[in-house]
Amino acid sequence: MQRHFELALESLKADIIKMGSLAEEGIASAIRSLQSRDTALARSVIDRDVEINALETRNDRAVVDLLALQQPVATDLRFILAALKINNDLERIGDHAVNIAESALQYAEREPLSLFVDLPRMSSVTMDMLRNSIDSFIHSDPLKSRSVLVNDDVIDDLNRKIVGDLSAAMRRDPACIDQALELIRVSRNLERVADLATNIAEEVIFIAEAQNVKHNVEKTVPGH
Amino acid sequence: MMSIETFPITQRTAMEVALPDQHAAVRPQPAAKMLARDVNAFFGKTHALRDVNLDVLENNVLAIIGPSGCGKSTFLRCLNRMHEVAGGTAKGTITLDGENIFDLDAVNVRRRIGMVFQKPNPFPTMSIFDNVAAGLRLNGMRNHKILAEVVERCLRRAALWDEVKDSLNKSGASISGGQQQRLCIARTLAVDPEVVLMDEPASALDPISTAKIEELIYQLKTNYTIVIVTHNMQQAARVSDRTAFFYLGEVIEVGETKRLFTTPEKKQTEDYITGRFG
Repeated sequence: MQRHFELALESLKADIIKMGSLAEEGIASAIRSLQSRDTALARSVIDRDVEINALETRNDRAVVDLLALQQPVATDLRFILAALKINNDLERIGDHAVNIAESALQYAEREPLSLFVDLPRMSSVTMDMLRNSIDSFIHSDPLKSRSVLVNDDVIDDLNRKIVGDLSAAMRRDPACIDQALELIRVSRNLERVADLATNIAEEVIFIAEAQNVKHNVEKTVPGH
Repeated sequence: MMSIETFPITQRTAMEVALPDQHAAVRPQPAAKMLARDVNAFFGKTHALRDVNLDVLENNVLAIIGPSGCGKSTFLRCLNRMHEVAGGTAKGTITLDGENIFDLDAVNVRRRIGMVFQKPNPFPTMSIFDNVAAGLRLNGMRNHKILAEVVERCLRRAALWDEVKDSLNKSGASISGGQQQRLCIARTLAVDPEVVLMDEPASALDPISTAKIEELIYQLKTNYTIVIVTHNMQQAARVSDRTAFFYLGEVIEVGETKRLFTTPEKKQTEDYITGRFG
């Protein structure tokens, strides 16, 4: 006899996965709109944020109901607590997609910056982190979660480098300030997305192993 | 020179999620199966229920909670006129599909409104099969094929069939307490009631058996209207659609279980469900 509680948990997980897919698609589309100067795509990212927001509200309510009515314990309790945090993290990722899309709209109005900035690599690593964090949640895979954690420092370094390069470019040529500021904004948003992907991965480890690995990566990732 | 025009972004395939969505459909409010209006109940001079007004919705689980002596079991027994059997009296109106049960034949009322008690009480000298068939036989049914069909259907609905299908001739008292309680539920279902009343149906059972009974209650509401009295607030929260909180013979608050357990309107309800009562 399958408990209706288990069905409710599966339903919550399905909604979180759906939200993860929307958030991931939002970031990918926002970056693509910047890359291709596609203002229609950027606007669609901004418009679709309401879907993520609606899911967040629904998931919040589902978590409250599960906690109040089902008295979950052990893995179930950890899953529900983690789901609440992941829900919030994914909603924030949706907001960062909107921020990047807004920068893409601003950037599309100006001449493209003829300067090498490593946003392509930063975008690629961030997307990998986000994809792997959501996959690790889907498959309850703490090993995959750990692969996300080690990349957070890579993104921090890239962000520092990009901001430094763009600041230097602005000092050299004040005419590029508007474009450079938008790209700095994009870089900072990607850095936040990577932080949130790291949070999601940490929550997956918490669900699977009942272990809090926040602020403690070097002790929990062998060889790091 | 590389501009930002060449981002190597890979696209994730959007996941198609085909799991059931518990929130998607907003179900319409079910119709009322039973209505209690201005119900007062007495044991001699003791005024056990005071002006109780309560709706029992069709294919719904209504949980009645409250401290000992609050009148919850008395109210349950009024619903199928068992209160009178215990020597009590009741005033007011209780309708079943619009008919006042006090105007109907009491035996017929109890056939339409079955009851499951706190302690499992299978007929100890009867087999599992005969326990379930007893009510039908009492009503004159002799056709073994029909009896066998009903027994199987009811044992399946009571989630007991798989456990006893090979031992239907064993004594009803020979199975575990949890199985006995599900046997009693099957026996209640055999006479095809419209409403099932449950008075602390899991309080004498271990946690595994309790979980089975709770899941069973949740599933039975598809076919029956259920009213359950429980001391266990967590159980009420887990199994019911609506909850009524009784105190000193009065209904203090009644409403959707989700709402009552997250944002109760009355301070007495809040104090009781948070354990701050008294």
